[in-house]
Parts: sequence; C-alpha cells; structure tokens
Amino acid sequence: MSLIFPRTGLQAHPLNNSPEYRSTLKRAPSQPLILLPHTLSETSGPVFGHAAVAEGDSDLTRQHAGEPLGERIIVSGRVLDEDGRPVPHTLIEIWQANAGGRYVHVKDQHPAPLDPNFTGAGRALTDAEGRYRFVTIKPGAYPWRNHHNAWRPAHIHFSLFGPSFLSRVITQMYFPGDPLFPFDPIFQSITDAKARERLVSRFDLQTTEPEWALGYQFDIVLRGREMTPTEEPHEH
Amino acid sequence: MSIDRKAPLELTPSQTIGPFFAYALTPRAYGGKELATEQVAPEGVAGERIRIEGVVYDGDGVPVGDAMLETWQADAEGRFNAAGNAGFTGFGRAETSAEGAYFIETVRPGALLGPNGAMQAPHLTVSVFARGLLIRLATRIYFDDEPGNTADPVLALVPEERRATLIARRGADGVYRFDVRLQGEGETVFFDV
Ligand SMILES: [Fe+2]
Repeated sequence: MSLIFPRTGLQAHPLNNSPEYRSTLKRAPSQPLILLPHTLSETSGPVFGHAAVAEGDSDLTRQHAGEPLGERIIVSGRVLDEDGRPVPHTLIEIWQANAGGRYVHVKDQHPAPLDPNFTGAGRALTDAEGRYRFVTIKPGAYPWRNHHNAWRPAHIHFSLFGPSFLSRVITQMYFPGDPLFPFDPIFQSITDAKARERLVSRFDLQTTEPEWALGYQFDIVLRGREMTPTEEPHEH
Repeated sequence: MSIDRKAPLELTPSQTIGPFFAYALTPRAYGGKELATEQVAPEGVAGERIRIEGVVYDGDGVPVGDAMLETWQADAEGRFNAAGNAGFTGFGRAETSAEGAYFIETVRPGALLGPNGAMQAPHLTVSVFARGLLIRLATRIYFDDEPGNTADPVLALVPEERRATLIARRGADGVYRFDVRLQGEGETVFFDV
C-alpha cells in the first residue's frame, strides 16, 4: 500500500506562533518554514512491534500494588488515516496527571498529593482494525503559571506514530463539557472550533462497564491517503 | 481507479508535548522501559559509528531543558527499515538535559534517492518537541564532511545563508556538533512537511 500525505488537512493544527500561550514567545520560530518535498526520509517511519508494549502497559490502574484513587475510566477508540482506513499495529503512548491533577514528573510543583498507586504512563498497539483501549483514572485539572489563575482542563497526552515520519503527532485528549475550555490557551490555540471538538472525547455508554468504569471514546485521524493514479508521489 | 474519492477525514490537531513527558517518553530516570534512546545502533550494526551532540536554545539563547528530539535515518546503505542489520531501527529519541544538551550515537546514514532522481546527501530527519511548541518542528541534520551536500536537492531549497544551520560540524575529537536554535539569531531551518 502506497500512501501520499497531502498538506490540505494541516490547517487543523495550531500555529506555534500562539502568543496567548506564553511559552511559545521565545520558542516559536520567527522564520517561515521551508516547504519540503516528501522524500523517502519523510514517507518512511519507525515500526514498533509487540516488543515495544508489555502486558499490562495499557491498564494504568494495575501498575502498582494497590489501586489508584479517582474515577476509573476506559478510554478507547480507533486510529484512522485521512481516507478512514484503520491504522493497524501502530504505537500509542499516553501520559497524564493523577486524579488530583498532579504529575509524577519531578518538576511538577502543584501542591496536590502524589498517588503511590498511580504513575500515569501507558502504551498500546492498535489491533488489525486500528482499535485501542486504555484503562486509567480520570485526570484532574491542574494550575499552571501561564497567566493569573490559569488552569488546564483535564487531559490525557497522546503520542502516535502512524505509518511514516509525516504521520507522527503528539496531542491531548480532553473530556466533554469541561468548563475550563474557554480559558485554556493551549486548547484555544486550535482556531477552528470543529478542529478543537475533535480533541474532546465522547462519553459512551456502550463501552461503559456496569459497576466498574465509565467509557470514553476518542478516535484519532493521522495523515495519509491512498495514492491515486493522478497523484504521483514526490520522489518519482 | 475511481475518480470520486471519499471525502477525507479531518486530521486530529496537534498539541504541545508539555513539560511533563519524561516519565512516559524518556523514562530512564523513572525506571521505566524506554521505547528508543540516544543509542540508535546496537552492537553489530554495519557502518561508521558517529556521535552527534548539541544544545537546544530558545530565542534568548537560553538552553531549553525540557525538549525531546527524535531522529529518523537510513542505514549505512541508505535503506529504511531494512530487514536484518542487527536490529537497526533507525529511530532515536533523546531528552535534553537541564543544560539543554542532547546527544545521539548511531551509524552514519548512506546517501539515498531524492526527488526527480537526484541523490540526497546523508542526513537524519529530526522532530523537535517541547513545551511552548504546539506542533513539532521538523528539521534535518547533514554532515559537514559530505561532498554530496553541494548537490543535495533539499539543501538547495534553503537560502544559502541559512544552510549552515542544517549541517553538523565535526570537531577535532570526531564528534559532530549540531545545535538547535528555535528562534532568532542563527535560527535553525525548520521545514513545512
Ligand atoms: Fe498536561
């Protein structure tokens, strides 16, 4: 299967030059990006097999002796390409704060307790139909120093590879109806409301397990379309 | 083949990696299992061993101590994902230190085919992720002792006065130096991919 990677969908992404998010001020490049024709260096990418994922990596509630505090949730969905085809056997890495909004990271200074039973890091491979499933706890909102009284809406960080260097993306999954959305310059850095909506998971009764955990659905669309005869790949 | 293609699905937008990724993505200090590291070529991989090191700087020249670099490259023969070759994946991942420093140890990649049949000089493809970057920055690392650079079709797209930002310089100790300047004076060339 040969894929092409059109640029038309890229306007969904935020610009690095998003001054409301203050960390961008000294880090966003000031020069325009240079358009790169897609060569084998970009259309290829690393392949991760089952060795990359250990048994239990996708259940963040069972990585310690006891169960973590918080609201147990199941986050599942499909990884698709721009043609709607599943992206099979691709690696997903996630990380998140605990139920109190505190990260295990040594530099997190939020005065909320660490949970000895929660690290907040997980991995999974999609199956042949592009499906994935994590069990975790709902992360808490947390304060940050971007502006006065700044709080991040609850989110889970997602890292995906897909079939090539071009499909590589790191993003964040949010929860429906979060009252912090209008005040968060990271979420709002995506200027198109419909594109922002695609980062908000959907509560799902189907995947909710009775007497056990709420289900949230989050589908992810990565770059890549099937080549047609009228669209020659750049390397030819 | 069909002319009326399905309407494309809309992409999932990017968001910043944030400051707190290390315990998941580069978890050595946390005792976690690493997906990939600065050691790209295990023992037995064919090719000339090289080390690339540098510092990531922000627009004030302050080292960026919370960045992650990912490198992607061909093997010494110019092949990607070649079977065998002692398990060489071509993929490296390095977190910057508190001083903004990173390194990668790998094999020198081979030349490979580029657009319109032109040969590309040996290079690594690089993604830079950090707090303050809402979408990764894509760049390339070339080598200053490669004669093929002058004919490289990608370097040719870069204004001459900025080309040097893409070229690692080999020091007397044999180590290649490649700094990343996110913004301002000597700003690294980043690509729209
Ligand atoms: Fe976060």
